[in-house]
Amino acid sequence: MEQLKTIGRELAMGSQGGFYQSKEFLDLVKSIGEARSKAEEDRIVLGEIETLKRRVSEPDIPKRKMKEYILRLVYVEMLGHDASFGYIHAVKMTHDDSLLVKRTGYLAVTLFLNEDHDLIILIVNTIQKDLKSDNYLVVCAALNAVCKLINEETIPAVLPQVVDLLAHPKEAVRKKAIMALHRFYQKSPSSVSHLVSNFRKRLCDNDPGVMGATLCPLFELVSTDVNSYKDLVISFVSILKQVAERRLPKAYDYHQMPAPFIQIKLLKILALLGSGDKQASENMYTVVGDIFRKCDSSSNIGNAVLYECICCVSSIYPNPKLLESAADAISRFLKSDSHNLKYMGIDALGRLIKISPEIAEQHQLAVIDCLEDPDDTLKRKTFELLYKMTKSTNVEVIVDRMIDYMISINDNHYKTEIASRCVELAEQFAPSNQWFIQIMNKVFEHAGDLVNIKVAHNLMRLIAEGFGEDDDSADSQLRSSAVDSYLHILGEPKIPSVFLQLICWVLGEYGTADGKYSASYITGKLSDVAEAYSNDETVKAYAVTALMKIYAFEIAAGRKVDMLPECQSLMEQFLASHSTDLQQRAYELQAVIGLDAHAVESIMPSDASCEDIEVDKALSFLNGYIQDSIEKGAQPYIPESERSGMLNISNFRNQDHHGASSHGLKFEAYELPKQTVQSRIPPATLASTEFVPVPEPMSVRESYPTTIVPSASSDAESTELKLRLDGVQKKWGRQTHSPATSTSSSTSKKTVNGIKQVDGSNTSNSSTWETYDSRKHVEINSEKQKLAASLFGGSSKTEKKPATGHKISKPSSHMVEKSHVRKSSMEIASEKKALVHQPPDLLDFGEPTVQSSDPPSVDPFKELEGLLEPTTQLGSTAAAATNSPDIMGLFTETPGGTHNKDDSDILSSLSKQPVTNMVGGATSTQVAQSSKGPNRKDSLEKDSLVRQMGVTPSSPNPNLFKDLLG
Amino acid sequence: MIHFVLLISRQGKVRLTKWYSPYSQKERTKVIRELGGVILSRGPKLCNFVDWRGFKVVYKRYASLYFCMCIDQDDNELEVLEIIHHFVEILDRYFGSVCELDLIFNFHKAYYILDELLLAGELQETSKKTVARLIAAQDSLVETAKEQQGSISNIIAQATK
Repeated sequence: MEQLKTIGRELAMGSQGGFYQSKEFLDLVKSIGEARSKAEEDRIVLGEIETLKRRVSEPDIPKRKMKEYILRLVYVEMLGHDASFGYIHAVKMTHDDSLLVKRTGYLAVTLFLNEDHDLIILIVNTIQKDLKSDNYLVVCAALNAVCKLINEETIPAVLPQVVDLLAHPKEAVRKKAIMALHRFYQKSPSSVSHLVSNFRKRLCDNDPGVMGATLCPLFELVSTDVNSYKDLVISFVSILKQVAERRLPKAYDYHQMPAPFIQIKLLKILALLGSGDKQASENMYTVVGDIFRKCDSSSNIGNAVLYECICCVSSIYPNPKLLESAADAISRFLKSDSHNLKYMGIDALGRLIKISPEIAEQHQLAVIDCLEDPDDTLKRKTFELLYKMTKSTNVEVIVDRMIDYMISINDNHYKTEIASRCVELAEQFAPSNQWFIQIMNKVFEHAGDLVNIKVAHNLMRLIAEGFGEDDDSADSQLRSSAVDSYLHILGEPKIPSVFLQLICWVLGEYGTADGKYSASYITGKLSDVAEAYSNDETVKAYAVTALMKIYAFEIAAGRKVDMLPECQSLMEQFLASHSTDLQQRAYELQAVIGLDAHAVESIMPSDASCEDIEVDKALSFLNGYIQDSIEKGAQPYIPESERSGMLNISNFRNQDHHGASSHGLKFEAYELPKQTVQSRIPPATLASTEFVPVPEPMSVRESYPTTIVPSASSDAESTELKLRLDGVQKKWGRQTHSPATSTSSSTSKKTVNGIKQVDGSNTSNSSTWETYDSRKHVEINSEKQKLAASLFGGSSKTEKKPATGHKISKPSSHMVEKSHVRKSSMEIASEKKALVHQPPDLLDFGEPTVQSSDPPSVDPFKELEGLLEPTTQLGSTAAAATNSPDIMGLFTETPGGTHNKDDSDILSSLSKQPVTNMVGGATSTQVAQSSKGPNRKDSLEKDSLVRQMGVTPSSPNPNLFKDLLG
Repeated sequence: MIHFVLLISRQGKVRLTKWYSPYSQKERTKVIRELGGVILSRGPKLCNFVDWRGFKVVYKRYASLYFCMCIDQDDNELEVLEIIHHFVEILDRYFGSVCELDLIFNFHKAYYILDELLLAGELQETSKKTVARLIAAQDSLVETAKEQQGSISNIIAQATK
């Protein structure tokens, strides 16, 4: 009888499986699985694409066929091939009435399309309709699509409906609506800023899942504006307390921890809210302390929560007791054998040393171990820690280590990062100039192409300006040592472009300054550079300018200039160069050589790269010429603002474009900031913008400044840095303008400035690690000890107060009152919540609706056999025959006894869940046990099934059947 | 935030990809190739985290399958490791001792499950039971739809005889 039942079930499953996928598709998957090489796989997939292209364009395809084609397209795309020809069919599927088809359509479009795809506009209407559906599963499918596909432009189309769904009776819908709003917030914060109260309301949702989901948008909101959410501290703390006290349903437990994912999210939010706020932090101390105590440090998830606690403790206003527990947890992490925990320990240490620098010292050996670990990830994390604790006493050791590591890796992304860190540390803590130049040389030599060009310009300036001391001899010594080292480095085979530019510049400025090297030697080297790197225009330009400087210094010193033959040929080449820049430089060089000593000296004074060039902003030297012209009948100049039909936008002052602004005519330069601002200007002032595009006069005038400006500052690169031309436009710019334009220009100006300031503060976050101090270390004779000593040691006890940025905010009476009100309402909310949670297991599966859902969850793998060839009698009977003994065999086992033993630790929570909850009837309980039973049996079963299908386990991947959790 | 989820076999074959941040098809291929190279070559004792282009990739191996998730610098790696495990447990419960082959042939089901677990790059549901119940509800609907369709096609078939 039992046997009959199983056979019946299998037959049912078989037909279901056949419904999903055809033989063709299975063959495709199989052949790809057996492909021996990427090329073979590509060939198969390309063939499949051809087939699908043909098939999808056939007329009158039955829906279920189409559904399969779409899934095949998904598969093809997953393997990295282009399936865009089928996107439109997936879009069409979303329009279908049947949920079955619609769901596949939505799945496909969310996988195919990015939010900026043209086809999305065709889906929006469907989504709108589906969001209103009375079938909650349709709504869920639509919300999934909303999260992926709706972009900034289309948010308004669905926003009202999504907001309405926040009150949907099904918790799954509420949860997804919250997530969708979170997505909207990420894409365009202004679109949902009025909905903040809705998020707060959802925080008190009866369903813990919805409450947990609400924490995502709240975290984001809090991180952008902490102060508006201070009143929620009490609520968050009380929720966290309830979670930690296991007040949530058992279903939210994970590996014996009560809702750890929710705990982590809450701790993250509290860390933000308590940062620098003593009063708010005091509310958190108890609960965070409780969690520290309750956390099970033997499980991974327990450690995840512990780590989050440490992050929270190091962010909120410091509390000695909590800091102690955090330090304990860190030392447990660092002492662990697991690399994961060591990694987290190092990271946590980096957070905590900001507050209590002394704790790094206890762990110095562990840190050194991590630094020397073969694991790259751990090593990098340790470098991050070292970077945080660098000070002038250990900078040499740390930077040396960093550079060694930088040389050893190939990962360009990380190389860039570590190079910029080296530069930053060297600039901040350099013990001597010599050392600094040496380090910079190394950085440029090994990561030159990855370093920001600004770093090179900074170094040029540093060499030119010296270190600001009055001692000139030190500066010249620095320069000669730089020249020496560069001449030496030029012997290396391949040098990054940025470094070459730096070298050329320094050789040009100071190559002959100390008289150690002759001009012909330096010029010879420079022309070698220009020749060796002949495909790098920038380097050649630097080299020519450097040559010009050397010759100019020679002429100015009254010596005769003999151009080396190789220089001469180089010049000839450049005079005919396709690059106008190079050509101009070459002509300038030619012209300079032809001048007498006096003229040359005033053009190219020696070591004057730091001198300010005085610019006659009024262009008074042209007065005579203008007078002449006017006398000859030329039109006098009319200021731009006095001309009709023209908007006075010369008042937009932009520092970056001072050169252009000197004429007050160049409209183009201002376009960019103006456009970004336009969207923020209230609509009333928008009208003024219609005057802005004046293309014709612009193009004419544009040519004027571009020819003038470069000739003023064309020669020395360094002088470009020094030009201060701002304020120039006052000469011609008119100060008066119509009120309408003035409002628009002033608002936009303000915003531009605002943005600028924000940028500035972001980039100039000077690190304050200097304040870290350490004590004397214990003397032990080993290399590691020495290293540790150099890193952590240094008896200089600069006992500065760590700049943790904590401020004691004075509690205003208003705040207190507010929080009281909040508290009482929260108490009510929590009471309500408790009430709701009391009925035992709301989420029980005993609901009638679940009955029908049992079969697929029992053993979907059996579908596979049906997928094979539902028509061939032989196959299905064979499958039944091979299967039934297995099932029968299971009956002989004592139910529950053996399989519990077989389950690994990881699965213990799985097995603890009452299996009967998943399935309804008595027979299916047995089957469920078989599916949860010993893995060996399962894999055997699957193995035999799959063999029938033709996938042989001997082919590339014998592990295919291995239980993932086994 | 989770930027993408990848399932790669030990041979470097892609079993499932889900992108929560915009990546073009070309970038996707590159990402998979790059990460496959890095992750598959890592030894078993090393940490389950990899630095990658300013992001972090958390991965875990189950039998012959690597589950990878790419996250931001300031996310909690251990938590993500557990999210992966959470996903595997749900798959295991759904398929019954899930193995790689289940995911190969039922990749769309794996996608549906993932959609109930993660949404817009965030963990949406932390209760296995709730996820299982939602998936079951969807499956049951599919079931009834099929029955209806089957009966209709039967009727048509009989009528046309």
